[in-house]
Amino acid sequence: MTTTDLGLTIRRQSATPASGTNIRRDHSTPALEISKLVDIDLCIGCKACEVACKEWNDLQVEETHLFSGYQSHPDLTPHTWDLMRFNEVELAGGALAWLIRKDSCLHCEEPGCLLACPAPGAVIQYENGIVDFNQDACIGCQYCVSGCPFDIPRFDTVTKKVYKCTLCIDRVSTGLEPACVKACPTGAIRFGTKEDMLAYGLEKVEKLKARGFSEAMLYDPVGVGGLHMMYVVPRGEILEQYGLPVDPTVTAPTSFPSLIGALRKVGATASWAGLLAAAVYFLKTGKRYPPPEEEAVAAAYEKAPHG
Amino acid sequence: MASLAATFGRGAMTNHWVDFKNTDVFLVLGANPAENHPCGWKWAFVARDTRKARIIHIDPRFTRTSATADKWVAIRAGTDTAFFGGMIKYILDNELYHDEYVKLHTNASFIVAEGFSFSDGLFSGYDEATRKYDTASWDYERETGPTSGDEGGPTQSEGFAMRDPTLEHPRSVFQLLKQHYARYTPEVVEEVTGIPRDQFLEIAQEFGATGVPEKVGNIVYAVGLTHHTQGSQMIRAAAIVQLLLGNMGRPGGGMNAERGHANIQGNTDNAQSWDILPGYLAIPKPGTTTIDEYIDTSALTQLDPDAVNYFGTNYRKFLVSLAKAWYGDAATASNEFAFDYFPKPDKNWSWMTFYDEALAGRLHGLFNSGMSSVNIGPDSNRVIRALSNLKWLVVMDPFPTASSEFWHGDGIDPASVDTEVFFLPTTHWIEKSGAFVNSGRWTQWKHAALPAEGELKDDVYILAQLLHRLRRLYQEEGGPFPDPIMDLTWPYSNPDNPPLEEVSKEINGVDLTTGRQLATFNDAKDDGTTSIGNWLYTGSWTEEGNQMDRRGTDDPTGLGFYHNWTWSWPANRRVMYNRASADAQGRPWDPTRPGITWNGTRWVGDVPDFTPDSSPQERKGAFIMTGEGVGRLFAPGSLMGDGPIPEHYEPVESPVQNVLSPTRHVPTTILYEGVAASFAEDDSEFPYVATTYRVTEHEHFVTQYVPYLVEAMPDFFIELPRELAAEKGINDLDQVRVLSKRGQVQGVALVTKRMRPLRLGNKVVYQVGIPVHWHPTGGHGKGNTAQMVNLLTPYVGDGTTVTPEFKAFLVNVESA
Repeated sequence: MTTTDLGLTIRRQSATPASGTNIRRDHSTPALEISKLVDIDLCIGCKACEVACKEWNDLQVEETHLFSGYQSHPDLTPHTWDLMRFNEVELAGGALAWLIRKDSCLHCEEPGCLLACPAPGAVIQYENGIVDFNQDACIGCQYCVSGCPFDIPRFDTVTKKVYKCTLCIDRVSTGLEPACVKACPTGAIRFGTKEDMLAYGLEKVEKLKARGFSEAMLYDPVGVGGLHMMYVVPRGEILEQYGLPVDPTVTAPTSFPSLIGALRKVGATASWAGLLAAAVYFLKTGKRYPPPEEEAVAAAYEKAPHG
Repeated sequence: MASLAATFGRGAMTNHWVDFKNTDVFLVLGANPAENHPCGWKWAFVARDTRKARIIHIDPRFTRTSATADKWVAIRAGTDTAFFGGMIKYILDNELYHDEYVKLHTNASFIVAEGFSFSDGLFSGYDEATRKYDTASWDYERETGPTSGDEGGPTQSEGFAMRDPTLEHPRSVFQLLKQHYARYTPEVVEEVTGIPRDQFLEIAQEFGATGVPEKVGNIVYAVGLTHHTQGSQMIRAAAIVQLLLGNMGRPGGGMNAERGHANIQGNTDNAQSWDILPGYLAIPKPGTTTIDEYIDTSALTQLDPDAVNYFGTNYRKFLVSLAKAWYGDAATASNEFAFDYFPKPDKNWSWMTFYDEALAGRLHGLFNSGMSSVNIGPDSNRVIRALSNLKWLVVMDPFPTASSEFWHGDGIDPASVDTEVFFLPTTHWIEKSGAFVNSGRWTQWKHAALPAEGELKDDVYILAQLLHRLRRLYQEEGGPFPDPIMDLTWPYSNPDNPPLEEVSKEINGVDLTTGRQLATFNDAKDDGTTSIGNWLYTGSWTEEGNQMDRRGTDDPTGLGFYHNWTWSWPANRRVMYNRASADAQGRPWDPTRPGITWNGTRWVGDVPDFTPDSSPQERKGAFIMTGEGVGRLFAPGSLMGDGPIPEHYEPVESPVQNVLSPTRHVPTTILYEGVAASFAEDDSEFPYVATTYRVTEHEHFVTQYVPYLVEAMPDFFIELPRELAAEKGINDLDQVRVLSKRGQVQGVALVTKRMRPLRLGNKVVYQVGIPVHWHPTGGHGKGNTAQMVNLLTPYVGDGTTVTPEFKAFLVNVESA
């Protein structure tokens, strides 16, 4: 398998005009898009994914204490990129539901973290949809934290860098499934092409509806351009009780003032150097983020000597 | 397991995990499969996704299983017999039973002898002084002499049970069931179990609807049913439901006992219990001197002309072959195949008896191998006193345990303990190859994943050294009756550390005349020419090699039998009693889910649990292991120690009287010396019902050594209903003490909606949940002595099997 097959060509990088690396890509085949899918209906909250994530990524053991229910950590941390969240909910009619959701990076098609990041190359999006952080390039400004509509990236006060799920790009790049998928005992975490995952998800939603979950849904919100880690949610009517925003949008400013407005939310943590870099890029190019690679390839082709 | 053997003939999960995909309705009681058997439980989800199966979970707590079930109902711990009794009544009253199946494949038509009776919660034959039943009256009415049957029918002969095919005889098993369970009305079920009657009726209706050929229901349970003084009767009651609905022997059906990690089924098969020899042969009784006598008292006799009675008929072959495996050339026809060497225990040597003997100073030494007395046994304080009274204790374990360290535990002055404790570090299963028998009887070979570290030794190495040293002592010093030790075969290439491959081949068995591995237990001989370590496992390592190591994934029927994946006892059969999946003519009840089918010349599909070429016209009974040839709704004779028909009794510690009879508790429980005083008589001092369990993040006690798992589930906790917490002024995460009459523990309160108060008549009962995994040893855990849940549990066991009552007892709760 080549890197093209696995969609490992870089699509775009933070604060970078063009990736450049896609020139060598074979454009005769469409880019492979991958996705994880968490079928919440099949999830038993066993935390195998949580532990597998820590093991594979060699993340440090953290001292934990029960803080309520069965959840191990109150929140994601720089050393815990995958967390099972538990919520006991009384439904209308008195029945009880124990909502359990694997919380980790959703790998947005329009990644708020990447768009917000002022450090060139610190956030990378691959053609296959994986959004990864390159800590070597990270300047610790935490714009990504603010830019993320799902509150995923976590800042490590020791290394001054930000961390999150990589969708096991090191495994995916050798043809393996992510560690959480491998460890899941019930098949609740699935992995494949985005197309296959969409098909599975839509079919599963229909099955759930037939079982009486009338508001069952495939969570793949358009506000972030879709996800590369989708959820099948049985009780779509109480999405927020699962900890999922109903209508997440990426902080994708259409003009510079709104970019300023968005970044203002960052407050004191904002790195003005980064902001300036983004502003300069906007002013010079008039584009709000690096152009799609196809355009870059076409541009490069036009400039190349012919004949 | 005793209850399944008493009902069907064998003590094991009847179907297997993959088969769950064939189920229409799951009824899960006394089990938390999503938590404790997640890999197997996924097949229930497959059934739901592919055939719209429904999952009903009944449990004192709303658990991870409830979270994934279609319906959850809270039940009071320890009242499952009342629930199933109500189900039986509902099924009979509403004629939901599978009539043809019941007549063909159960003993509903058998007539019970006149002396049998039941009143005031006691069956006939009870002796209050010994707390035992004389089970002679729990019998069928027998034929007294040869009579001619109907034209073309069989001729009955002396000793066979009388039958009434119409089921109308007042003493037929069918009518007795009706009579017995008439008291189990929905109102009574509600008052005993706390399940509101409308919810009970909904469940009874939904599961009862599987009593038709085109539907299959599956009862899934685990130690939530076994860990009770009436545990084996709870399981029997569930098994009766399954027989009535015709769900036994069928793909997607069954009584599916989820066994422990990772090899409890293998332990039982290979005689981990005191009362059996390998392959469920009975332990010989004291005074038995000949194999004839042994067979007479142990093997089942044929009770019906149609019965195959396979086990009973072949008992001698299996026993003699076992004797040859153990004693080789020292076992000959002229010395009764060394039958003298077999142990013949003089009383019930259940493991609770060990500690009782130690306390009385009659037991001097004890080995812990793969178990830890202090935290696995009930009433840890009592067990600690017992261990303190030993001369020596050997603990074989990969890590120090609460038992190897008991002598310097909290509140114990090491100087006051005279017991000499040896800790022998052993390899973990990750570090050795061998076979695990999973819950569904798949005997799977696994390969060592890591080399052993340091001075760790295999358990088998330690046992070999023990044998060699004992032999040397006998040689040098002599001693009474050395023969069973000196004559033991030890034919291994490395006598100091026998390779498990060679042990496995020995277990499978060999034809001593040809030296060839046996392919099937049908080839066992009673003349000393075959040697078999465990007849049930014959076929696991044949001349074709290690069948347990096979990894074939072909599934021609699509039903998930996977006959080339590993090996399943017995005979690589995937669904036991599969003859019952078909009608009298050999046609599957449900052609879309055939277990086996008669194709005109032989049975095809799964490996038939039947003579493969015995045509339906021969009318042989489907349950080949029973003397009756059918499944037993009524378990006659001494199959069950506490009654042939399940009856509800209250746990030894209960907040209420027995609504169903004046006999409050199981009348046959063994009351060890002094224990009665350690039980709370009512709920005045200890008002709440407590139950114990495991969580998915931990495996028993050993994972306290695994940092990531301690991180995932860090603290010992007590689950409390919100209402109780409010009454007591306890907030979520407060430290709380839980006290029973035997001890106390302290942990973090998890105040939850997932535990609910139950209404029993005019009384509200709270239940409290406590997990088992925390203990004072464990490198990364934060456990301490006061987190061992068994400090609380009562020292009493099941009326038949003596399995401890871990799952229902009384406690009080207070802020710490």
